[in-house]
Amino acid sequence: MSDASLILLAMALPLVFAGVIALTGANRNLRDSVMVGSTLILFATVLSLLPSVNAGGRPSVALFDIMPGLTLGFSIEPLGMIFALVASGLWVLTSLYGIGYMRGAKEKHQTRFFACFSIAIFAALGVAFAENMFTLFIFYEVLSLSTYPLVAHKGNEEAKRGARIYLGILLGTSIGLMLPAMLVTWYMAGTLTFQPGGILQDNVSRSVGAILLILYMFGIGKAALMPFHRWLPSAMVAPTPVSALLHAVAVVKAGVFTVLKVAVYLFGLDYLQSLWSADFVMWVAAFTMLSASIIALQKTNLKARLAYSTISQLSYIVLGAMLASQLAIVGGGLHIVMHAFGKITLFFCAGAIYVAAHKTEISQMDGLGRKMPITMFAFLLGALSVIGAPPLGGFWSKWHLLLGAVDVQQQIMIVVFLISTLLNMAYLLPPVIRAFLLSPPKDDHDDKHAAHGVGHRFGLAEAPIFCLVPLCLTAVGTLLLFFFVDPIIGLIQSIFTGAL
Amino acid sequence: MSLAAQFPVLVVVLPLFVAPLLALLANRGNLPWLVAIVTSALTFAMAIALTAQVMQTGVIYYELGNWPVPFGIGLTIGPLSAMMLMIISGASTVALAAGRESMNAEVGEEHQALLYSCWLLAMTGLLGIAVTGDAFNIFVFMEISSLASYVLVANGPKRQALTASFKYLVTGTLGATFYLIGVGYLYMMTGTLNIADMATRLADVSDTLPVMIAGGFVILGVALKAALFPMHAWMPNAYQYAPTPVAIFFAACATKVALFVMLRFQYELFLPNLGPQASFLSSWLIPLCVGGFLVGSAVAMFERDLKRMLGYSSVAQLGYIVLGISLSSSAGVTAAMIHFFNHALIKAALFVAVAGMVLRFGSSNIEQLAGVGKRMPLTTLGFVLAGVSLIGVPLTAGFISKWYLIQAVLELGGLGILLTILILVSSLMAVVYIWKVVEVAYFKEPVDGQSMLGVREAPMPLLVMLWVLVFANIWFGIDPSIPITLAKQEAAGFFGGAR
Repeated sequence: MSDASLILLAMALPLVFAGVIALTGANRNLRDSVMVGSTLILFATVLSLLPSVNAGGRPSVALFDIMPGLTLGFSIEPLGMIFALVASGLWVLTSLYGIGYMRGAKEKHQTRFFACFSIAIFAALGVAFAENMFTLFIFYEVLSLSTYPLVAHKGNEEAKRGARIYLGILLGTSIGLMLPAMLVTWYMAGTLTFQPGGILQDNVSRSVGAILLILYMFGIGKAALMPFHRWLPSAMVAPTPVSALLHAVAVVKAGVFTVLKVAVYLFGLDYLQSLWSADFVMWVAAFTMLSASIIALQKTNLKARLAYSTISQLSYIVLGAMLASQLAIVGGGLHIVMHAFGKITLFFCAGAIYVAAHKTEISQMDGLGRKMPITMFAFLLGALSVIGAPPLGGFWSKWHLLLGAVDVQQQIMIVVFLISTLLNMAYLLPPVIRAFLLSPPKDDHDDKHAAHGVGHRFGLAEAPIFCLVPLCLTAVGTLLLFFFVDPIIGLIQSIFTGAL
Repeated sequence: MSLAAQFPVLVVVLPLFVAPLLALLANRGNLPWLVAIVTSALTFAMAIALTAQVMQTGVIYYELGNWPVPFGIGLTIGPLSAMMLMIISGASTVALAAGRESMNAEVGEEHQALLYSCWLLAMTGLLGIAVTGDAFNIFVFMEISSLASYVLVANGPKRQALTASFKYLVTGTLGATFYLIGVGYLYMMTGTLNIADMATRLADVSDTLPVMIAGGFVILGVALKAALFPMHAWMPNAYQYAPTPVAIFFAACATKVALFVMLRFQYELFLPNLGPQASFLSSWLIPLCVGGFLVGSAVAMFERDLKRMLGYSSVAQLGYIVLGISLSSSAGVTAAMIHFFNHALIKAALFVAVAGMVLRFGSSNIEQLAGVGKRMPLTTLGFVLAGVSLIGVPLTAGFISKWYLIQAVLELGGLGILLTILILVSSLMAVVYIWKVVEVAYFKEPVDGQSMLGVREAPMPLLVMLWVLVFANIWFGIDPSIPITLAKQEAAGFFGGAR
């Protein structure tokens, strides 16, 4: 099959599967097997595009011209390839996990849930493959809208309020800031196509470019730059598989991915470096990184803490983009992968703890390591990877971000990265320490919860196997990524070497 | 001469002649409705044929009774006229097709023959304005359509329809009078009523005071007719209390025809001849437009009645169109014309959906529509999709309009950026008022469960029309080549092909 038809297939599959899932909803075993099968097919399809991207090709397909020069089309470059692989690959695991979680937690409306999930993946792939800013914008909005029912899934007042904040901020920033930036770009540059080296430097004066950068960076609300970060904690009312895949991987990574695309392909690194607002956004990112970490320290709810940790980690990537150095871009691209694996592991664990032990607060986790050793060990690996400790994948992305900061001589940013790492340790390790080193509370109140898990009172009480296996796989993934990082680095670097 | 060569005049004459025949017809079941819709559909078919011809061969000139033009009456069908013909006859056909049951429920069967007769007269007037090349003809047709419209509005089911119609009558008469005064001055100075002829003769007297005054009167007159802010008070009222099918018809095209007149006078007569003064005149419109779309959207956010909310939304949308007209640039007038087309699609779809809801619930109060999403899923989904287009989400027709409008506005430089921001603020307010309906429709339990039991999906013809319009909204959002070609052709005519 040609690359063009593979792209179309990859885009069509999740949509078709959403329909099939909706139709097979009556028989949940059939529906769930269809779903897992479909995730595998999709991942294989996306993977089959990798060789030609690796060879320096840019598989592309144009659907239709909306206006002269404004095309709805796809073109795959290295960053998009990586993002698509991460999203579709982790979808396989999340769908397994989702089956275990939704059944374990006895959630309602499972069919609607999985169908919307599929549409969200469709939108994420559209963002990844977009050939121009216009296409990206469309799928960005589809992603916001399709995740709304997922966030509001529980249907109670709290869920609806959270979902309204979620949608309000994401739509508000994108329509209020990103769309005008896009319009001005089109007006001045006459194109919105992503091009290596950027499209703005010859057409837009530095003062206008600086304002455009601010509009783009704050307009991409999914990158959760302060003060537009409130939606992410609000979205935590969603069931955990949503938090895991969408709010650790697909949605937020769509945001920072867009940041990287805008920096590399619209502005171009040289032009970006010459703008005063790049420094401004960099400082905002640094502030977000540190203050979100400090807020995370104070959160006692595990998912809320992870949410603020995500906000902080996303700013690593924004900061990396604003450093405008090739090494930092490599670091940012790597961080999309590394943080995805690390954070999804943490969320999987949080969900497993909820399903097996019905615990959501960190203070309740004393001694939990004795009942759920596998889960808590995976949590440790995920936490260490997010912290950036070797030998885990997260080390490489931080390493490259630091190299990038050294490269452009931003010493203060080096310090910011290091302080943030310390804060990461301070908020991610206590749950693990409590679980393994403290003794479990002595009240018998927990006994009735233990019945949900497998095992009895003093033995193991792990989550269902569907929950457990995916989180082990992603934890192992963080480990493997440390050793097999070269192909990814090579792929990202080909953005610059291929273009030169 | 083949029949097709007579289309330019037939398109007006057909409904004009059928209307009195219809009034003579006895009220025999569906017969009046049937006659009206067949006439309307035939007109629509002729409009499409004319549009196709204009797109291929350019402007059509037609001399009535073969009298040469400055002496006889000439008809001119340019790209924009052709588009207007399609909008008017299309809106009428859709409204009639979708609205039969609503009409039976709201008006009763007694006066239907007379009502449909007025409907055809209103359509005749609107179509006549679109085709004629004569300034006084425009006034005559304006009066025909207005008088018929007052009757249509006054036939609404509630007593308030009478006051709404009276308000409409007072404003409409004022507008027409102002227009007539303006045309009178122009005739005094140029000695002709043919617009093309006037354009050439106006050059000699362009600096005179009467011409300036004429410009002011004409623009003000049609602005009243078009419900431009702050002269909009009659419109939400008329939409709310008119029978719903009438609201569908008028929302899609009635005010646009007044704007069409404004656009023609501004770009054919005033701009080429008065130059700077004309741009000065139209620059006064810009604050009115901004006020229109901000106030219109803001009021719409707080309206409790669905029809009224859409009326205020129209005030805002007309603000966008006039903004395009007032920019005095090729890009601006192109954007205005594209929005003529797209807004007709959007508002017709929204009002058709509302007609379905009103028919089944007997009320257009938003609070009472709680749970409509479950009872009438297809109607509600159609409403939401049309609403998405109204907001201007990509891949819908509304987005194309906004895109062109903002590109045109950006040509103004610093002021353009400010206007862009205001347009987007107004769009965000549209998100709020559409979302308000979505929340009530899908996420709110009915106030009293009993009243919901009998509610079922809207009748089939209404659903079909609704979805045809919704698909048109998406189709013209993905492939907008037809309205864009027509608009660019017309703009090229105004600006001599230069961009």
